[in-house]
Amino acid sequence: MNPDLTDSILYLDAVSVSFDGFRALNDLSLVVGRGELRAIIGPNGAGKTTMMDVVTGKTRPDNGTVVFDGSTDLTAMDEAAIAALGIGRKFQKPTVFDGQTVEDNLLLALEGPRSAVSSLFGWRSRVAVEQVLDVLAIVRLGDLRAKLAGSLSHGQKQWLEIGMLLAQNPKLLLVDEPVAGMTDAETEETARLLTSIAGDHAVVVVEHDMSFVRTLNCKVTCLHEGSVLAEGSIDLVSANDRVIDVYLGR
Amino acid sequence: MMRAILLILGLLSCSLLSPLPVRADDSAALLSRLATDNYGDIESGITALASSGLAGSEIILNALADGRLSYRPSDKALFIKDASGAWMEAATNATPASVPMGLKPVKVNNRVRRALEAALGSMTLMSPDPLKRIAAADAVFKSRDANTLAALDAVISKEADATVKRHFEDARAAVLMLKSDAPEADRVAAANTLGARGDQDSLALLSSVTEANAPANVVASASLAAKGIERRLALLSTAQNAWYGLSLGSVLLLAAIGLAITFGVMGIINMAHGEMVMLGAYTTFVVQEFIRAKAPSLFDWSLPIAIPLAFCVSGLVGLLIERLIIRHLYGRPLETLLATWGVSLVLQQAVRSIFGANNREVGAPSYMTGVWDLGGFQITYGRLWIIVFSLAVFLALLVVMKGTSLGLRMRAVIQNRRMAAAMGIRTPVIDALTFALGSGVAGIAGVALSQIDNVSPNLGQSYIIDSFLVVVFGGVGNLWGTLLGALSLGLANKFLEPLAGAVLGKIVLLAIIILFIQRRPRGLFALKGRAVES
Amino acid sequence: MIAFLFRRFDKTATGFILALALIAVLVPVFNLVVSETSAFHIPNYLVALWGKYLSYALLAVALDLVWGYCGILSLGHGAFFALGGYAMGMYLMRQIGARGVYANPILPDFMVFLNWKELPYTWYFFDHFAYAALMVVLVPSLLALVFGWFAFRSRVTGVYLSIITQSLTYALLLAFFRNDMGFGGNNGLTDFKDIVGASIQSPSTRAALFALTAVFLALGFLVARALVTSRFGQVLAAIRDAESRTRFLGYRVEHYKLLVFVVSAAMAGIAGALYVPQVGIINPSEFAPANSIEAVIWVAVGGRGTLVGAAIGAVLVNFAKTWLTGTSPEFWLYGLGALFILVTLFLPKGIVGALAARFGQRGEGDAA
Repeated sequence: MNPDLTDSILYLDAVSVSFDGFRALNDLSLVVGRGELRAIIGPNGAGKTTMMDVVTGKTRPDNGTVVFDGSTDLTAMDEAAIAALGIGRKFQKPTVFDGQTVEDNLLLALEGPRSAVSSLFGWRSRVAVEQVLDVLAIVRLGDLRAKLAGSLSHGQKQWLEIGMLLAQNPKLLLVDEPVAGMTDAETEETARLLTSIAGDHAVVVVEHDMSFVRTLNCKVTCLHEGSVLAEGSIDLVSANDRVIDVYLGR
Repeated sequence: MMRAILLILGLLSCSLLSPLPVRADDSAALLSRLATDNYGDIESGITALASSGLAGSEIILNALADGRLSYRPSDKALFIKDASGAWMEAATNATPASVPMGLKPVKVNNRVRRALEAALGSMTLMSPDPLKRIAAADAVFKSRDANTLAALDAVISKEADATVKRHFEDARAAVLMLKSDAPEADRVAAANTLGARGDQDSLALLSSVTEANAPANVVASASLAAKGIERRLALLSTAQNAWYGLSLGSVLLLAAIGLAITFGVMGIINMAHGEMVMLGAYTTFVVQEFIRAKAPSLFDWSLPIAIPLAFCVSGLVGLLIERLIIRHLYGRPLETLLATWGVSLVLQQAVRSIFGANNREVGAPSYMTGVWDLGGFQITYGRLWIIVFSLAVFLALLVVMKGTSLGLRMRAVIQNRRMAAAMGIRTPVIDALTFALGSGVAGIAGVALSQIDNVSPNLGQSYIIDSFLVVVFGGVGNLWGTLLGALSLGLANKFLEPLAGAVLGKIVLLAIIILFIQRRPRGLFALKGRAVES
Repeated sequence: MIAFLFRRFDKTATGFILALALIAVLVPVFNLVVSETSAFHIPNYLVALWGKYLSYALLAVALDLVWGYCGILSLGHGAFFALGGYAMGMYLMRQIGARGVYANPILPDFMVFLNWKELPYTWYFFDHFAYAALMVVLVPSLLALVFGWFAFRSRVTGVYLSIITQSLTYALLLAFFRNDMGFGGNNGLTDFKDIVGASIQSPSTRAALFALTAVFLALGFLVARALVTSRFGQVLAAIRDAESRTRFLGYRVEHYKLLVFVVSAAMAGIAGALYVPQVGIINPSEFAPANSIEAVIWVAVGGRGTLVGAAIGAVLVNFAKTWLTGTSPEFWLYGLGALFILVTLFLPKGIVGALAARFGQRGEGDAA
């Protein structure tokens, strides 16, 4: 067996996706280890979001292999099945349930049975509420618990969505631009949070904010035109000539 | 001058057609053969008379058929009673000096009657009028009376008109086909002739040739010819179905084409779209009423006049709907659906209040009526014009969308509203104009549909579901998809109809489309990629 | 079970159930007990008419369940209503027995008229009320299950779903118009005589049917309410507001939609079954797309996502319809059309939604 595959939480090999002739992913290969924190950078259109779409089942790859946890082929599964495996996602544009309260948003995300029949029973158990309170404390939305999610600010929605990810307790977190709309202090806080949950969970972060990526202090992958341009420590990648050409600028 | 030529031609053809110049004493002998009460003699006399070409023999035979022929046993002279009851000498056509006495009617039994009918049939084969000759040949084709064979052979050799000659030959083939004592070679040739004729009657005749009534050789060639006809007929019915399908498709295209703009391109669910079509149809009605009252001579121009008017009426109503209702509901498609449904109810009731609930008569101009027959393949001019018209409207719309600055701005607003606004395009104006354009095109469709459908307040209702299905099937936001969707739905409908019946065919088609939409929710020409999701 | 139905009750729901209980008792009493000369007497025709309104209200509650809480705008709910109605109608037809015009003990009149010799297998067992009652629920549910399975699995949403539900009822309309379908063709099923042994025309049967309709409306309301206030309802609202986000949380959206769609279809079927004996006829026009979309406006007028509003809207709109078609028929379509336009433009939350907003309560659809 390929050790890359068996030791990985996420294994992408030669994945290609094209939309009407435009190749969004081009022979992309990427391996994320268990408990690893990984930052993904790259210019717009590099395929970062498409890569997440492929992993979470939103987009089917034209060809290539996508394997989760060393053994599960993701290409044949739909979003719900993939989420149930333990892959959580935060979207680039914060997507929360505007019509429901902050607490209910977290309750919806909370790890537990997802089937329609089971949902007819067992709502708001004491254990569930306690777990939600814990998450609320982490993301500092305790005061806003009973407010409608739609009335939150952009930054608060980001926190709520991160909170939903935590409540989901997935093995792999895909976090798309978590700090957009946050203050510097909040950005630092987010970096601390993500570093702390890595280890127990694997975390893949897509970000443009280079100083934020730097604080994460982890392996960085730079994507360009649908495939990996450079990979390694932040210093190594940011010193790469081609990365500078296509992304960072001189 | 003309007359003289015609006369000469007539005389020529008469002399050509009379087989033999009959001498006077021969004619007396011929006629006397009927003056008997022996049926066998009468029968042979009829056949002899019919093939003699004697002038007036047709009158004599007709009189016999009507029971108006009598003979004087003393001198075997024949007399005909005319409609007024007066007698006339058959040989001379002269009225006798005195009322003839002691006449006995020439009697007729079934055998004689058959011989008589065949004889009369073959007599008209010699008529100077080509149409009559064709009719006679077709009558023989149907009756297949072996007695006419001699007459047919005679006329075929003399016939100059190729069309008439072909009918004669077909008739002869029909007679020979089932004539068991005819030479085998003749019957094989007959099968080929019938095969070449290739209609339903020939097929029935050829199929009736079996081992029981023909030698194997003849049966083989008959079945070969029958197969050929079946192929031809199948091809013809396929072509006819395709034509009907094309015609239905063009109607669907007309009904859906405005929707391809308002729904397909703008994404507005306009349930009152059918009523825009209906308004166009009523505009046509009003224009025609006006023309009938003021300038009847312009009637043929009523449709060309109605087209721009219908565009304006429906376009204006569309503009009002957009400004007053739809613009408040952008981004809320389900609410738009409900509100425009309300509009459709109001428009229907308004038309019902003004014009009454009954169907209104919209006339067809002269160029819309008539049939064009292409060897069994029939094309009605009305349908032909509607197909041409729908394609013309489609192309015009394509040109407007792709080739004008208005079209460019429309596409810009649709693709990226905020960017377009930032570039100085007044998006509300473009929205309103685009919607008005789609509605106006629906009105134009109404002009065409008034020609083939009942003009009633419910006209639009019958098209709305079909139109939506066409647009969704073809792929939203793609005019070519709408064209293909309309034509394929039209064809599918017409090819399903003979298999499943009209209503069941429609149900089957609906079921297929429902399944199709579920497999490919975004139609035949789906846009892919992330842009679709947002 | 009872506890499940009544949990998380609020004032509106309690008031609604009490009001239904009240009219379920009072209307029959004022019809049967109070003397005909009294000013308080309710004439027979009104009992049947109000019974019809209540069955419409149940249809509206069913529609609100899918539209108001899950965002599925079904323009084909009339089909489920009509199928339930046909199942009941078939039972009533077979109860006629030999009292039909042709006095055939087995075959309904229209089959004798069509020269049919045998009962089609679709009509077997419909002489048993229990079987018919089962079919009232089963047939619409099954159709909803098959249709929904295809539609939701392939993620047909929004107006596309609306259009294909409309096509569904349109296809059924065409099918039921056909004589050889064996459901009475154009004329449908009518001339009913008995229901479970009681004459369908007698005032006491009518009163009983009315009370029964009120009870079923209350039950339907309770079931719907229990569904939407459970975790299930929470997920439904999540699907309504952000369907794909719900998927990424691991919820099988199609299963949730299917379950609520089937429950709603069954409810609509029951409403149809209650409707038919009270109006005395069921024919293919019940499948007309216009009927289904009219039911949508009842819900919109009352306030979608409120359940109570849907029921109130159904009664109000139909009351107005009866009144207007009686006084000035041509004005009804103007009125209905205007209702569609004005409600969507100026009263998007409906009457109950607007009142709730006015008095500082959140609509029940928002959260619970």
